[in-house]
Amino acid sequence: MQFYGTTLASPLMLGTAQYPSPEILAAAVKAAHAGVITVSLRRESAGQKAGQAFWSLIRDLNVPVLPNTAGCHTAKEAVTTAHMAREVFETDWIKLEVIGESDTLQPDVFGLVEAARILTAEGFKVFPYTTEDLVVAERLLAAGCEVLMPWGAPIGSGKGLNNVFGLRALRAHFPEIPLVVDAGIGVPSHAAQAMELGYDAVLINTAVAKAGDPAAMARAFRLAVEAGALARLADPMEARDMAAPSTPLLGKPVLA
Amino acid sequence: MTPPPAILVRGAGVAGLVSAVMLANRGARVTLAETGPKVGSGASWMAGGMLAPWCEAEAAPPEVTEHSLKSLDWWRANAPDVQSNGSLVLAPPRDTPEIARFGRRTSHFREIGAEEIAELEPDLADRFQRALFFPEEGHLDPRKTLPALADRLVNELGGRLLLNCPDIPSDETFDWVVDASGLRARTELPALRGVRGEMLLLRCPDVALHRPVRMLHPRIPIYIVPRADHLFMVGATMIESENGGPITLRSMSELLNAVWTLHPGFAEAEIVDIGTGLRPSYPDNMPLVTQEGRTIFVNGMYRHGYLLSPWLGEQVTEIVFNS
Repeated sequence: MQFYGTTLASPLMLGTAQYPSPEILAAAVKAAHAGVITVSLRRESAGQKAGQAFWSLIRDLNVPVLPNTAGCHTAKEAVTTAHMAREVFETDWIKLEVIGESDTLQPDVFGLVEAARILTAEGFKVFPYTTEDLVVAERLLAAGCEVLMPWGAPIGSGKGLNNVFGLRALRAHFPEIPLVVDAGIGVPSHAAQAMELGYDAVLINTAVAKAGDPAAMARAFRLAVEAGALARLADPMEARDMAAPSTPLLGKPVLA
Repeated sequence: MTPPPAILVRGAGVAGLVSAVMLANRGARVTLAETGPKVGSGASWMAGGMLAPWCEAEAAPPEVTEHSLKSLDWWRANAPDVQSNGSLVLAPPRDTPEIARFGRRTSHFREIGAEEIAELEPDLADRFQRALFFPEEGHLDPRKTLPALADRLVNELGGRLLLNCPDIPSDETFDWVVDASGLRARTELPALRGVRGEMLLLRCPDVALHRPVRMLHPRIPIYIVPRADHLFMVGATMIESENGGPITLRSMSELLNAVWTLHPGFAEAEIVDIGTGLRPSYPDNMPLVTQEGRTIFVNGMYRHGYLLSPWLGEQVTEIVFNS
């Protein structure tokens, strides 16, 4: 699957916030074989490129960078941050976050669609952080997005895939659109599950950054996405209500 | 017998001052030169001054804990008014899972309930059900400690302190230069970066605390350190930015919200000081003593200036006297 014409080296997208040190972050990125790393741009870092030292450490990792608009609460704020990110990171990719509710960090899907429309018109390649809502997904695609990033659960909650039905429906409705589960993944089994559902990638930050050993956890996630993707390709069996004996049962009627 | 070495120490922050005092204590003739107008012109002045080897293990490598144990002893012997009341780790009700995580990563604490919280900090009675208590930790006041070290260097140990002093008279020669000038040494130490921190100093006669309190939160752990005269230091943000400009509204709200959650009595506190500083840091966030010819660099203190300076000062002294 291609993301705006680019094939990623791996379906694991890794966030770069909250690690104990840049050195540990680098070890985690390497252990994860991350296909993309996301970088949050704080306003106070952008002025005079005050975050330069950290960004040059990020650039040295040699992994494609996807800047995000984390912490923005309005479309306007997100658009401004996207402009700064394009200048700082020299990329037209932007992971668009417009937060609508501060307890759940749930996306403000109205502001999201609005910002996506503006940024797409300006030539940005927008990766929108959204809910699993089908109608919102339609609107984002109509606004020019070619990727969707629905949440699994609230950011940083580690709750996994809260609405498997919704995520499956999204996959079924948009078989050709690259889909990424963003936010809420807590352990590798959640990531494997997303890949088994047919998602094209997962984005993880807190689960790796806040682990006791981030590099080991990054490797665990790498193995999990590989397992999930492979399982999807292998066409898993269907679940069923009754046992399905692998040898004939004599003396029993056929079970309905 | 060889004459005592003449040493120039650059930078009167915590690393420079501790090194200067240790060297002078061993008999060196020390000149401490600071470009700023007073001791502690950089990050050291903004620090919380927590001496918390075990709490820091939550996010720092084990070496930090290991090397800060001796530091604790050094501070108790060399700084005025080191408080040894331990420290308390709390979480607002909805962030209590963070306490379990913090406990798994640290040691030398006991888990306590409402009753013991009330005994330790009567003002927090009935406000928190669960906490971790680290009885062996301590804290000091950087704004008293740094001037006291400077005073001792000059008045007891025969050292010299030069303020507002970017250049040393060229007719003077030194056997060693100890460079503890933080981010000013970037040209020589290109791996250094600055990590922005913001802090507040509050005065609040309505609330009394006896030990540093850490309020856990998944994104912004905040600590409140009580000082004399009803003062409380509240810190600190950690932002990958080298912008040393004024505090942002967001950071200030986060700091103030945490204090308010701890005790509503802080609502009437006066905001006495607002500080922003850049912590000199290496990529692994561990400090380092390095030697180039007759220059010894002490740098990269990150958030462990007080915790680790005595360990680094010892390494400097070792190089000067035993090489």
